[in-house]
Amino acid sequence: MELTVWTYEGPPHVGAIRVANSMRDVHFVLHAPQGDTYADLLFTMIERNKKRPPVTYTTFQARDLSGDTAEIFKTAARDAVARFKPQALLVGASCTAELIQDDPGGLAKTLGLNVPVVPLEMPSYQKKENWGAAETFYRLVRAFAGGAGKPETAPEQASCNILGPSSLGFRNRDDIVEVVRLVESLGIRINTVAPLGASPADLAQIPQAHFNIVLYPEIADTAARWLKRQFGQEMVTTVPIGVGATRDFVAEVAKVAGVSVPSELFETGAERLSWYSASIDSNYLTGKRVFVFGDATHAIAAARIASEELGFKVCGLGTYSREFARDVREAAAKYGVEPLISDNHLDVEDAIIAAQPELVLGTQMERHAAKRLRLPCAVISSPVHVQDFPARYSPQMGFEGANVIFDSWVHPLMMGLEEHLLQMFRGDFEFHDDAGSSHLSHGGPAGAHQPDPQAEQPAAPAPDTAASTAANDDQPAWTSDAERELRKIPFFVRGKARRNTESYAAQNGLNPITIETLYDAKAHFGR
Amino acid sequence: MTTIFDASTACSDTAAKPARDVLKQRGQHEVFCGLTSIMWLHRKMQDAFFLIVGSRTCAHLMQSAAGVMIFAEPRFATAIIDERDLAGMADMNDELDKVVTRLLARRPEIKLLVLVGSCPSEVIKLDLPRAASRLNGEHSPACRVMAYSGSGIETTFTQGEDNFLAALVPDMPAEAADAPASLVVVGALGDVVEDQMMRVFDGLGIGPVRFLPSRSSTTLPPVGPNTRFILAQPWVGACAQALERRGAQRISAPFPLGEEGATAWYRAIADSFGVPEAKFDAITAPGRERARRAVARYRPVLEGKSVFLFPDSQLEPSLARFLSREMGTSIVEVGTPYLNRDVVGAELALLPDTVRVSEGQDVERQIDRVHSDNPDLIICGMGLGNPFEAEGRSTKWSIEFVFTPLQGYEQAGDLAELIARPLMRRELLKVGS
Repeated sequence: MELTVWTYEGPPHVGAIRVANSMRDVHFVLHAPQGDTYADLLFTMIERNKKRPPVTYTTFQARDLSGDTAEIFKTAARDAVARFKPQALLVGASCTAELIQDDPGGLAKTLGLNVPVVPLEMPSYQKKENWGAAETFYRLVRAFAGGAGKPETAPEQASCNILGPSSLGFRNRDDIVEVVRLVESLGIRINTVAPLGASPADLAQIPQAHFNIVLYPEIADTAARWLKRQFGQEMVTTVPIGVGATRDFVAEVAKVAGVSVPSELFETGAERLSWYSASIDSNYLTGKRVFVFGDATHAIAAARIASEELGFKVCGLGTYSREFARDVREAAAKYGVEPLISDNHLDVEDAIIAAQPELVLGTQMERHAAKRLRLPCAVISSPVHVQDFPARYSPQMGFEGANVIFDSWVHPLMMGLEEHLLQMFRGDFEFHDDAGSSHLSHGGPAGAHQPDPQAEQPAAPAPDTAASTAANDDQPAWTSDAERELRKIPFFVRGKARRNTESYAAQNGLNPITIETLYDAKAHFGR
Repeated sequence: MTTIFDASTACSDTAAKPARDVLKQRGQHEVFCGLTSIMWLHRKMQDAFFLIVGSRTCAHLMQSAAGVMIFAEPRFATAIIDERDLAGMADMNDELDKVVTRLLARRPEIKLLVLVGSCPSEVIKLDLPRAASRLNGEHSPACRVMAYSGSGIETTFTQGEDNFLAALVPDMPAEAADAPASLVVVGALGDVVEDQMMRVFDGLGIGPVRFLPSRSSTTLPPVGPNTRFILAQPWVGACAQALERRGAQRISAPFPLGEEGATAWYRAIADSFGVPEAKFDAITAPGRERARRAVARYRPVLEGKSVFLFPDSQLEPSLARFLSREMGTSIVEVGTPYLNRDVVGAELALLPDTVRVSEGQDVERQIDRVHSDNPDLIICGMGLGNPFEAEGRSTKWSIEFVFTPLQGYEQAGDLAELIARPLMRRELLKVGS
């Protein structure tokens, strides 16, 4: 039994619904109690879908448990097929239905439905949403591409499938457009994109392509591996998020497809991140500490962009995707940080506090943590929120995706000149700690004209969180002069200054901390 | 699926009228489960913590349903049952004790811990009341522990509050046998609404008046044979029965939505406490006048429009009565997840005979009826709203009726505005579906 306040992933059947909702002409009959229909609003509210997801919930109640819940399932399945006339029927159980063991797959078989039925086993008490999506996609691919056999003659032109984009995926809607454009510019034909926008008939066409692009391994990896085994389709596994990764992706696709990269592909001027990052205005980005957390794909990509393309210092890297923990561990080793593999958002918040970042790149969960800690933040990954479906075109992948990332990560930060002015004129009545930066709506409390002398670190964790317990016992005390001097350091670096000074004092056995200690520590650590 | 026209008396207290047919269909219910009521209960009772004992689905529902992540550490959480618990590799009661101990160590300010049963905990027959009494022995008096079920197999949406309040009733202190008549107002209300009601009760000379749920777990109202109670929300039927079992006297009335509803509600109380008619009129006249004025502003928007209400909170019959009698709308269908005739019979009696009343749901067939009835406004849940809007229909989210202070005279205009807003918005927009 595990205590949970917020979760990064829903139960596996929500992953199955995401795949069903991604596709056309698929219907899902979910054996589930009243209330599980809340999942519909993920799609109609968060993603603003114009249709309800293609799901029929059987809605059994307590009084049905002593009667015939199996009959309720059969009626629901029969009615759903008659009403929606899908090309494929998914059947499965939510967490409660799993306990009553009605076996939706077996029941559906007895109905003699005139539609292929794909039964799903969704172990709700072991697995989570992304696993459920991956498993559902794999089962569907197997069911519809499985009987095809290896196509004998491949068409002349190189072709590929793009696997992984899905409903409720982070910016998947726009990523597909970017990736399709990129791949087509290499003269490669897109055979199928799935699950988003595909029908079961489209899945049957998958084996006809030469290779598969695994755009989102959290959902497509299982299916792509099976396709490789079954049909020998190569897998392109570089995810084109960031300039470097996009170039690598193009190179990998070209190699697998046996085509050459047209030289003008990189010279269209459409990619601006590189120049913006090189321009002198971006100097102030150098060495900014960033904490990265998300699904494995986006977290690994973000760390690479932060480090190689923006000149940040990665001070923390983690994921909630346990299935891909190994990849994140490897990436963390590259940046010299401890990998954080956790689906407990409180652990993640503690890790953020300990890492003292200047920018948080995370999920909506970290956005909330960063807001409380008064740290700038950009969202890079699912779980999604209504804000992650912007009206404007805003991919993460490809060169335009890199442009979008530059803007969305850099804009929350204090601009270079603003940072300097804050350092120089701290007492300024309209430009002080609590005012925050002018363009941050969630900066400081409005109208707080006098900085609270006690609030030496607005990011201080609440007294009951773990990080603050480290503070008092074995730490040296501060003289009041040193404490006053510390307060002259702008709030957004003050926490780091305090931490560095305390660890310097502890290392050198200095107690109490004086103004001298503060500046000795500054000289020792640098910025 | 089966359709039953239930000809039993839906409005038994109006013997003159023929019984109303109630449409009952079995199928997919597009409603929340009772856990969702924790969203407002944990804000109302500020020293209580609600611990759902359930699955990842329960936790996911809580964070998805109302977008309540504005609270850093909300006073609710889920103890997620995992395969070790189910396989018997871990003793579930030991596991629960561990979770509770850790939770209370982290949140020492909590005075009432509420274990909330879910579909999985009910299906595996985890005895949460017993676990609560065991944990209560361990943690009280610092923190009291109780239990109720908010599971979807037993409760829809607001019934969760009913079960919570009913479970609180045995803990309410006994009122002295010679105590003067007191009043308990039952059902969570906005604090501002409670304060307004208190001013009216003071004016009428009625008191002491107390509210259930109280704002703190340590100030539960006393109850006894001299206690009278009135429901402020239509979903607290089980709690009403529990109060009657403790000897309290029920005051029946329509619900205080709109000027008419609020007046009928206050009048039932005033009659019970023997307040003279003249005094009642003097005290309520300003509020009634303000409510009529506020509502009149929106009447032109809604008058003559047809409205279809999907089942959501059980407020639907009261909303339909307000819309029909005070706003001049015609009600096509009023759906409610659960029809408690004792509680909403008075509301149904005030609706025209042409109104179709449905209980429970087969959502697909209900949507079919929307398509054939083609109403001007649909009041429905969040899962259905955007799909209807995309068809060019106007909708109002029903969950807002539960999360917004709407009761009493001063909110009657807010209620009218809330319902009129989608129609006004559609008039404003030169773009759209």
